[in-house]
Amino acid sequence: MDLKSLFKPSTMAVVGVSTSQDTHPANVIYNKNHLRYPVKTFAVNPKGGIINREILYKSVEDIESDIDLAVIAVRAQFVPGVVELCIKKGVGGAVIISGGFAEAGNSSLQQYVADMAKEAAFPFIGPNCLGIYAPDLVDTFFLPGERIIRPDKGNIGFVSQSGGVLVDQMVKFAGQGIGLSLGVSIGNKACIRETDMLDWFEHDPGTRAIAFYIEGFNEGEGREFIKKAGRCSKPVIVLKAGKSKKGIEAASSHTASLAGDYRVFSQIMNQYSIAEADNEFELTSFCESLSCYSKAMDGNIGIISLSGGHGVLAVDGCEQHGLSIPGIEQKTMDIIKEKLSPEIQNIVCLENPMDLTGSAEDSDILTTVRHLARDKNIDCILALLIPYSPGVSADIGAKLSQVAMNEGKPFIAYVPNEDKYKMIIEGFELNNIPVASSVEGAVLMAKALKRYMPC
Amino acid sequence: MLEKDAQNIIKNSKSLGWVLEPDAKALMKSQGFDIPYNVLTNSFDKADQFMKDASCPVVAKAVSKKILHKTEYRAVVTGLSSSHQLKKEMARLQKLDGCENILVEHMVQGIELIVGAKNDFQFGPVIVFGIGGTSVEIYNDTAIRMAPLVEHDVLSMVQSLKAKAILSGYRGKPGVNLKALTHLLVDFSLLIMDLQEDLASMDLNPVICTKDKCFIADARIILKRS
Repeated sequence: MDLKSLFKPSTMAVVGVSTSQDTHPANVIYNKNHLRYPVKTFAVNPKGGIINREILYKSVEDIESDIDLAVIAVRAQFVPGVVELCIKKGVGGAVIISGGFAEAGNSSLQQYVADMAKEAAFPFIGPNCLGIYAPDLVDTFFLPGERIIRPDKGNIGFVSQSGGVLVDQMVKFAGQGIGLSLGVSIGNKACIRETDMLDWFEHDPGTRAIAFYIEGFNEGEGREFIKKAGRCSKPVIVLKAGKSKKGIEAASSHTASLAGDYRVFSQIMNQYSIAEADNEFELTSFCESLSCYSKAMDGNIGIISLSGGHGVLAVDGCEQHGLSIPGIEQKTMDIIKEKLSPEIQNIVCLENPMDLTGSAEDSDILTTVRHLARDKNIDCILALLIPYSPGVSADIGAKLSQVAMNEGKPFIAYVPNEDKYKMIIEGFELNNIPVASSVEGAVLMAKALKRYMPC
Repeated sequence: MLEKDAQNIIKNSKSLGWVLEPDAKALMKSQGFDIPYNVLTNSFDKADQFMKDASCPVVAKAVSKKILHKTEYRAVVTGLSSSHQLKKEMARLQKLDGCENILVEHMVQGIELIVGAKNDFQFGPVIVFGIGGTSVEIYNDTAIRMAPLVEHDVLSMVQSLKAKAILSGYRGKPGVNLKALTHLLVDFSLLIMDLQEDLASMDLNPVICTKDKCFIADARIILKRS
């Protein structure tokens, strides 16, 4: 099935727009897209009439132009009829917002719609979902624009079984300056499922990392997902909900008892190099880091700080998250020392974690990063840049980014997320270098890169 | 592909819902896995002769359709080397609920591991490997991977165990033969792929590994409910 009509529509019909209830989901969706998005939007209601001085069509069939995407927000029992009309008109696909299907015990109605769509090769998202948020293109969330926080266009593809989690994660992404290529709430996933989304994002040039919020898979679906995700050329990140011990009780073999549902899930993700985030905070950090660096590493971290305390905090964090702080080669330390400003040469600590002290200047930091990146013991550099130090300039972000890009080793920066440091932060981010707003966040970004590396 | 004998064992065990240990071991043997030398008998004389011929102590186990977990019923006796002891224990085992036969086998000494499989609802056949024995659920030092396994999956499973040092030989004790262990796990995972239509879960616990070989000292196969 071609999903382009769903995710890159030029025309859209919103079915179920009410003439009397402004807050009806269909009205919210119609208004926001009609007024603020480039997608040409048409309102549909069997009663017909006029809405906001535009035609309210009686049926999708009455719309003169071709329709790429239909958003269906009518009561569950009317959904099959609307889908049938969409197929008849040759609509490219649908988002079925309506609830009242499998989640409410009405699996047969859902299956009826799914079968009809399958026969016609008609792709749809949902039912029981928020649908699609494609920045600057289309937004089928029935949440008023003024109520939600929208991340900018970016390179993360996000798929969620829960609409609420997707909306909330968008707030977190926006706060961290992480952009979305596409966010999809797949709801009951009666047609489009995680595996279909993997295929889409794999071929979408605007996506660099793919994140999933997963509650559970159907029978055998986990195996299908893992095989696709394991072969995917882009990093895949998963946040799993429902980690309880369900399924372990009353097991008749040791193996069944040892391999509870979540342990199986988690260890198989690891087996296939999928980054599993423990919580929403990790998910955000993982997305930022893996959209910059797609290669897995062993997890040997070199730490550079301008204050001993930050270095120690980072070491503690690394150890807690299974990252190693290896010794630095003597020749690396020698060459760095030789090139440092004479004022700090004798007060710095060049063991890992390195402390360049508050007297370090830009050139000292650049030199240290350049040579630490060449050390064979180190897979990834964490630079804890405290911008309070007088010798650190506002250009340090852009300058260090150049060094990091030239050396080609993963480099992660910590800079406090304050307006006055924006120039430093953007100096990194605009050069595709991840920046964390806390030491812990920087450690988590490094953790994301430590994945199992199949031969 | 599953051997004909192995297919019959599965077919004949369906009504019980699980495969009795001698049958499970016969199945494993037919697939090329190593099991300890054994004799299945109710005759003390036969068992006694088997013990006398053995160059090591033996283990005696009750074979009963009513006993799935033998430890709880004290249905396993290890370290038997005297006729008097063997007679006494055989008599006791034979009185256990549903006991049909006594399985007497060589007692292999080595590191006790668990190799298991589960037909997972979401992921299909998965393999569990770790430190085995009767306390396996208490320590739960195990790794899980999706079947079939390849060699580097086995290495990563070994590496992920807290007790990995025991496997490579700890405080002067010999470790396991990693090559034999890898063969066992990879072949086992392929067998599980063949069995997936019928299998709910399987325990090989313990698998006893020496510096030369890995022996399946106990095997329990739980079948899917039809």
